[in-house]
Amino acid sequence: MKLTQISVFLENKKGRLYDATRLLGENNVNIRALTIAESQDFGVLRIVVDNPEKGLEVLKNNKFMASFTDIVAVEVGDDPGGLAHVLKVFADTGINIEYMYAFVEKNTDKALMVFRFDNTDGAIKVLQQNKINVVGKKEIADL
Amino acid sequence: MIWNEKMECMSREDMKNCQSDRLKKLVQYVYERSPFYKNKLDQLGVSPRDIKSIEDIVKLPFTHKDDLRDNYPFGAFSKPVGQIAEIHISSGTTGNPTVVGYSKSDVELWSEVMSRSLCCAGAVPGDMIQVAYGYGLFTGGLGAHYGALNMGVTIIPCSSGQTKRQLKIMQDFKPRILACTPSYSLYMAEEAKELGMDPRDSSWKIGVFGAEPWSENMRQEIEKVWNMSATDIYGLSEIIGPGVAQECHLKRGLHLYSDVFYPEIINEQTNQPAKPGESGVLAVTTLTKEGMPLLRYRTRDIVSLSFEKCACGRTSPRISKIQGRTDDMIIVRGINVFPSQIEHVLLEIEETQPHYQLIVDRKPGGMDELEILVELKEEYFSDEVKKLQAIEHKIQKEIAATLSVEPKVHLVEPKTIARSEGKAKRVIDKRNL
Repeated sequence: MKLTQISVFLENKKGRLYDATRLLGENNVNIRALTIAESQDFGVLRIVVDNPEKGLEVLKNNKFMASFTDIVAVEVGDDPGGLAHVLKVFADTGINIEYMYAFVEKNTDKALMVFRFDNTDGAIKVLQQNKINVVGKKEIADL
Repeated sequence: MIWNEKMECMSREDMKNCQSDRLKKLVQYVYERSPFYKNKLDQLGVSPRDIKSIEDIVKLPFTHKDDLRDNYPFGAFSKPVGQIAEIHISSGTTGNPTVVGYSKSDVELWSEVMSRSLCCAGAVPGDMIQVAYGYGLFTGGLGAHYGALNMGVTIIPCSSGQTKRQLKIMQDFKPRILACTPSYSLYMAEEAKELGMDPRDSSWKIGVFGAEPWSENMRQEIEKVWNMSATDIYGLSEIIGPGVAQECHLKRGLHLYSDVFYPEIINEQTNQPAKPGESGVLAVTTLTKEGMPLLRYRTRDIVSLSFEKCACGRTSPRISKIQGRTDDMIIVRGINVFPSQIEHVLLEIEETQPHYQLIVDRKPGGMDELEILVELKEEYFSDEVKKLQAIEHKIQKEIAATLSVEPKVHLVEPKTIARSEGKAKRVIDKRNL
């Protein structure tokens, strides 16, 4: 139940983030979740979209450096301690999180979080063993 | 004062006779002792007997920096290495650095011309000098040191860096003379202001600044901020290090010691001597050196030459401030940087394309900064910032090890650096030189 994130290199140049989002919009690719990691002189845009293949193609055709990254979208209880409950599972089993961010939208009463692990398959297994719901590609497209 | 009035104020005719005598001896000397020059002269069909006066110098072959590199390390020496007193190194474009060797008498010559230079700038015996040029393989520090030692000027051999200590020494010891790169003097002024000092109150009244190109504007800035007279010194390790030429207090060109370093201005296109007054590349023949004497060495520095007598009393010819370079070398913090050195480093680094752009800028504090934009190879792009930063650090480390200057490295998107637009585009020099 891996999902695909598009990672985009952003030079620290005026309008670069705008260019990337404009391209996706013009090509009818909808952004579901996003985060930007930045260093002093560049950034990495990480997005989950409804149509990753098309999104990547559009960006690459327009000279963006971009690639796919495997991520996992996890349902987290939208109540106090909900996130901690999920994180405890990773802490207990020694699963390392590289980074994480949240979806804006949700289709249940639960919040949706994106996780990037160094060992994606191992993480999914642990989640399933602990009966934590991993969201699939179709559900993301339907959001 | 004029350190060596006899040589520095000699009539032009006497000087020509002196140069002619010395050139004849020099050509005989290198022909006998340097297989490198014997070959060069034989190939041209020139014999030492053909050199009868200084006018005959045009019959002699040029010497290029590549000649020195090709004969790495000691092949261009005219003395066995056991008779060499001191070895210095300057960086080159590729592969081997340029090695130079001075005999004991060459070091004495160096002391002599540096004493002339310090006097020319305004120093007198009994003065105190703070030498903030680097000491070591770079000739700046030791050159100023030898000249001051020779003329009885008290030396504070600070070397470069440790700015706070430099400033404290200046305040406590009150040296009247400062020798360093012009950009370092401005950097120190910024630091002084940050420490709450007023640079205008400094004890430094005379600056002997060189080892990098600098403009009239920068001179005015230095003179204003430090309330001192800022003079320009010229030299290169192949000839002797600093002390080839120096401005007097009138600052109308740099007096070149032509009794020992014979200057010619060469037209780059024709390879022939330029017309009087015309700019061209400076070629220097070391008339009296022993360790590694050079015939018509092409410095790659573009200057013009004036033979007019200076109001200071010296008759020595004067070169203009350096107007440019014939290669793409840039000088950053007194260190020679060739863009091709960077290209070589990048070719060794798997994660990047060998496409780059160099940006040199002088910060308000006066220090030069080298920024390098490098294209990342697409397959090494990562969604993790730390991995990309690790690539930047790797490039930075490798380049710093090669250049001795720590650059800032920025990764840029593939194919964003202009291709095939020639060398000029590779380097953006934002300094107002």
